[in-house]
Amino acid sequence: MRASIAPLLGPALGLSAILFTLGVAGVLLRRNVIVLFVCIELMLNAVNLSFVALAQLHGTSGQVMVFFVMTVAAAEAAVGLAIILAIFRHKQTVDLQNINLLRG
Amino acid sequence: MTEAVFWVFAAVAVVTASLCILSRSALSAVLWLTVTMLSLAGIFVLLSAEFVAAIQVLVYAGAVMVLFLFVIMLLNLGHATSDMRGPATVAATVVIAGLLAIQLFALWRYSPDRLAVEVAQAPQLRDPATLFLGGQAARHAVAEQGVVGAVAAPLFQTYLVPFELTSILLLVAIVGAVVLAKRRI
Repeated sequence: MRASIAPLLGPALGLSAILFTLGVAGVLLRRNVIVLFVCIELMLNAVNLSFVALAQLHGTSGQVMVFFVMTVAAAEAAVGLAIILAIFRHKQTVDLQNINLLRG
Repeated sequence: MTEAVFWVFAAVAVVTASLCILSRSALSAVLWLTVTMLSLAGIFVLLSAEFVAAIQVLVYAGAVMVLFLFVIMLLNLGHATSDMRGPATVAATVVIAGLLAIQLFALWRYSPDRLAVEVAQAPQLRDPATLFLGGQAARHAVAEQGVVGAVAAPLFQTYLVPFELTSILLLVAIVGAVVLAKRRI
């Protein structure tokens, strides 16, 4: 039976969907830049989960993709947090409503 | 048994992710996300990705989250006030997230049966990295090459060039972070 080969494939993909939706909701709801970054990390983790779930069937290259996603996430976190620090020095805030340098 | 453990980890992940996006202070958001990542590492073990689980704990729950905590410490934000957006945005968020959830939940029905049919109907799929080994591909690879070897073989053979490009990305990120965060170079 095919269905018994990877019994957790469907539930894992469903969990990945829930976590990704929560991350999107967090990005839309919050104004704190740091929490925004945390929500982006949550979305990346949800994608990693679906990669690993499908790697059960398709071979371990799905797990290799998870490494690349983790690398990009680490680089993005480092650069993004440095940008937050630089903005905080100018504006003394992490609230997105007060960060409107590009608004005409 | 495996399924019961999976559902426990899944429940912990969903609850802590919800607390993460709803918690008032950035500090507790980061800490809740760490718990989410640890439970995801447990799920990775159940999905026969043991090495990815170890890296998840070391790199993600360890290094990246500590970076977040360091930045929160450096900013010294004081007492957190609520930073939720207004009711109009909340309503829009519910609509957008609901539509997204409906689309993503189609994945739930993506069964191994359908996957097997799709792979069987794709004759050009002969790339050794994506070869379909009659299900359980990850478990077969682990049995043949060991936990680390199963990941290392495609990483250093099929994906060698992307792997090397990753080092350039990390170098750019290091230089960029230093340039942005330093007051005067």
